[in-house]
Amino acid sequence: MSLDFKQVVSDFKNGLWAENPIIRLVIGMCPTLAVTNTTENGLAMGLATSFVLIMSEIVISLIKKLIPANVRIPSYILIIATFVTFVDYFLKAFFPGIAASLSIFIPLIVVNCLILGRQEAFASKHSTPRAIADGIGMGIGFTWVLVLLGAIREFFGMGSIFGFTLLGDWYRPMVIMVLPAGAFITLGILVGVMNYISREGK
Amino acid sequence: MEEFTQILLLFISTVLINNFILVRFLGICPFLGVSKQVETAFSMGLATTFVMTLTAAATWLINTFILEAFNLPFLQYVSFIIVIASLVQFVEMFIKKTSPVLYKALGIFLPLITTNCAIMGLALLIPLNGYSFIASVVFGFGAGVGFTLAIVLMAGLREKLEFGDVPEVLKGVPVTLIIAGIMAMAFMGFSGLISM
Repeated sequence: MSLDFKQVVSDFKNGLWAENPIIRLVIGMCPTLAVTNTTENGLAMGLATSFVLIMSEIVISLIKKLIPANVRIPSYILIIATFVTFVDYFLKAFFPGIAASLSIFIPLIVVNCLILGRQEAFASKHSTPRAIADGIGMGIGFTWVLVLLGAIREFFGMGSIFGFTLLGDWYRPMVIMVLPAGAFITLGILVGVMNYISREGK
Repeated sequence: MEEFTQILLLFISTVLINNFILVRFLGICPFLGVSKQVETAFSMGLATTFVMTLTAAATWLINTFILEAFNLPFLQYVSFIIVIASLVQFVEMFIKKTSPVLYKALGIFLPLITTNCAIMGLALLIPLNGYSFIASVVFGFGAGVGFTLAIVLMAGLREKLEFGDVPEVLKGVPVTLIIAGIMAMAFMGFSGLISM
C-alpha cells in the first residue's frame, strides 16, 4: 500500500480551518457552548473529544470491511461509547475536579455528532493513516475553537485566563459572559468574525 | 397532595427555568438545524417529546432494576445509547404502521433523534438527580415540552428574520446563535419563579 504523504498532510490541515468542525461544519455544538465557561474546561473537553475521535477513527478504519452496511451506525456508536467510558473513568480517577465541572458532558461525547459524522464521512471510506490524520486535524480544530471561546468568556466574565487573574480589582466582571446567554452570543460573533476573515482571504 | 405539588413544580422548572436548550445546552444541533419553519419545528418538538417521555421511563427501569441491581454502572453509557437507538427505531416502526400521516410529517426527523444529545442527556440526568419513576417520566415530558417551546419560538423568529436586513457575514448560523443568546437572557427572567 503506497501512502501519499501530501494527501495525509492535507487531510490533517483540513480540520484546522477549511472544514473546521465548529466554525465551518457547525457540528458538536452542545459541548462547545456548555463547557466553555472557563479556558481550562474548554481545553479538557477538547482533548477528551479529540482522544475519542482519534481512537474510534483508528478502530473503524481498521475494521470497516468487517462491519455490515446495515448495522454500521449502531456499531460505530458502540465503539465510540466504549472509548467514552474509558475517558470518563480516566478523568474521574486522575482529574476529579475537571470531571466534576464537565459532569454529564463527558458521557455526552457519545452522541457528539462530530464524532459519528467523521466516522461516517471519513473513517469508513479511507485508509487508517489518513483517518488518523483526519482525526488529529479535526481534534485540534475542535480544541482550538473551544479554548478560544473559553478564554474570551473567562476573560470578560471573570477577568482571568486559565484561572490566573489578569485584570485587577477595578474590573467589574460581565457575569453574563459565563452564563448561557453569553455562550450563544460569543459563539455567534466568533463565527461571524471567522466568516469575515475567510472572506477577506479569498 | 404534597407529592403532587412537587411533581408540578418539577414540570414547570424543567420547562421554563432549566430549559434543556437555553439553559442546559442540550439539543443544540436540531435547535439550529430544524428551526427554519414553525411547522417542521413543531413536528420535531412533538417527536422529541414522545421519545423523551419513553426514554425517561425505559432508562429509569433499566438503571434501577438491571444496572444498579447487578452493580454494572460502567455499562451505563453503552446500554443507554442502545436503549435510545432501539426506542427510536421502535417508535418509527410503530408510527409507520399506525399513522402514515404522522409518519410522513415526522419522517426524516425520527432517525435523527438518536443522536440528539438532549435525549442522552435526559437519560444521564435522571440517575444523577435520583428521581422516582413518576418524577422521571414528568421530567422527560417536561424536557420535551421545553424543547418544543424553544425550537418553535426560534422558528417563529427566524421566519420573520427572512425579511430582515442581516449583515452578510452574520447570515445563517451566527445570527441564529445571537438570537438564541437573547432568548436565553429572556428565559433567565424565569429563574426566580420557583425555588426548589
